Amino acid sequence: MVQKLDRLKESPSQTAGPYVHIGATPNWVEITGVWNEDLGLVLVGPETKGERIVVKGRVFDGSGTPLKDALIEIWQADAQGLYNSPQEKRGQADPHFTGWGRQPTDGTTGEYKFETIKPGRVPYKDGRLMAPHVTFWIVARGINIGLHTRMYFSDEEKANAECPVLARIEHKVRVPTLIASRGEENGVPTYTFDIHLQGEKETVFFD
Amino acid sequence: WHPPAFTPQYKTSILRSPRYPLLSLDNTISEMTGPVFGHDKLGPLDNDLIRNFAKTGDPIGQRIVVYGRVLDENARPVPGALVEFWQANAGGRYRHRKETYLAPLDPNFGGCGRVITDQEGRYWFRTIKPGAYPWPNGVNDWRPAHIHFSIFGHAFAQRLITQMYFEGDPMIWQCPIVSTIPDRRAVEQLIAALDRESTLPMDALAYKFDIVLRGRRSTLFENRMEGN
Repeated sequence: MVQKLDRLKESPSQTAGPYVHIGATPNWVEITGVWNEDLGLVLVGPETKGERIVVKGRVFDGSGTPLKDALIEIWQADAQGLYNSPQEKRGQADPHFTGWGRQPTDGTTGEYKFETIKPGRVPYKDGRLMAPHVTFWIVARGINIGLHTRMYFSDEEKANAECPVLARIEHKVRVPTLIASRGEENGVPTYTFDIHLQGEKETVFFD
Repeated sequence: WHPPAFTPQYKTSILRSPRYPLLSLDNTISEMTGPVFGHDKLGPLDNDLIRNFAKTGDPIGQRIVVYGRVLDENARPVPGALVEFWQANAGGRYRHRKETYLAPLDPNFGGCGRVITDQEGRYWFRTIKPGAYPWPNGVNDWRPAHIHFSIFGHAFAQRLITQMYFEGDPMIWQCPIVSTIPDRRAVEQLIAALDRESTLPMDALAYKFDIVLRGRRSTLFENRMEGN
C-alpha cells in the first residue's frame, strides 16, 4: 500500500444565480448605505497612463437572446504590459490602474461597458509576447462554473498572428470569436466584444 | 468534481452552456496574477449583516456566525483574500428589484457582506440564517437555505463563486442546482457544520465553512526557480 497524497479538493463551483448583484454590486440594485461604492466599476483615473478605450458588448445564450443578469469581470495589464498584482514579478505596474473591473449586464438591454485603457503586451511562458488582451470571467444564472475567455483587438493584426495562445486554437474559424472590432463613440475608441455562450458563433472558452 | 456546464435538470443551464470543449491553457502571467484588495476598502460593518442595513432595529431571524478559513489545495492558508457573500432574509426573500416572491422584505436586512481573510486565512461574519426559497424550474422546486460566496485568491485563475448550505437540511438532496455537482463528497464540501463550541451562548449559533481554492504551488518563475 502506498502513502496517501493528502491534498484538499477545490471547493466545487455553483452558479452565481440571478441575484449576484446583491453581493457584487449592491448599490446598483439599490442596496445603498452598506458600502460606499461598488468595487470594480471604475478602472481609469486622470493619472492612469495609456490610451483610453471603451470595451462593450453583450452576452448571448444558445437562442441568441442577450443575458440581462450576467456579471462580467475583466483583468488586464497596464499600458506597459504589467499587472497590478503582488504575483507580478517583472516590475511595478502603473499604481493608478488596478487592472480589474466588474460590471453587470444591463437589466433591459443586456449591454455591459468598461471604460479602461488598451493593455500592453505580456510574455507567454517561453518569453514570446502574447498579443494585447483582456481576460474575461463571466458568471450568471444558468452558468455552473465561471467562464474564462480573452478579448483581443482587431487593430492588432500582426500581434494576433504571432500570439502563442491564439496559435493553440486548432479550429482557426473560431479565432475571430475572440477578436473585438474597433469603432469609435464620442471620439473614444470603442471595441465591441460580444460573447456567445453556445451555438454557431460560440466564443472560445479556456480551462 | 466541479459541476459540468450542461446540467438539464437545472433548466437555465441548457441554453447557457458551451457545446464546444474548453480550450486548455497552461496558466500564463495573465492567469497567475490577480487583483488584491486593501482593508481600506472595507467599512467596519461590512461583515455584520445584522447591523449593516439596520434602520429601526435588528433583522428578524435566527442569529448565526459563519466562520472558516480560505485554503489552497495543500491546506495552506490564503491570507488577504476578499470574500463576498449575499443571501435572502429569514423568509427566503432577496432584496433585488427582479425578485417577486411573496414573502416580505425585512426592513432591517440588506443581505450583502464582505471580509478579507487574516494572516491565517481566517474570516468570519455575523448574519441571519436565510430561509428556503421557491424558484421557477420544476413546478415545485425550492432552494435549500444557502449563502452565496465569491472568493478572490491571489491569482485570477483561482476566482470562485459557490454556495454554502447548512448541515442537516433535507432540501439539499432535492435541489437541481446542488445536484449539478456529480460527486456526493463534493456536495458535502459545501455543507457548513453546526459548531456548538463556537456558538455564542444566548446570542447566536455558529457554522464553520472552509473554502479551498485551486492551486498548490507557485510556478517556477525565472527569478524564483525553487518555487515553493
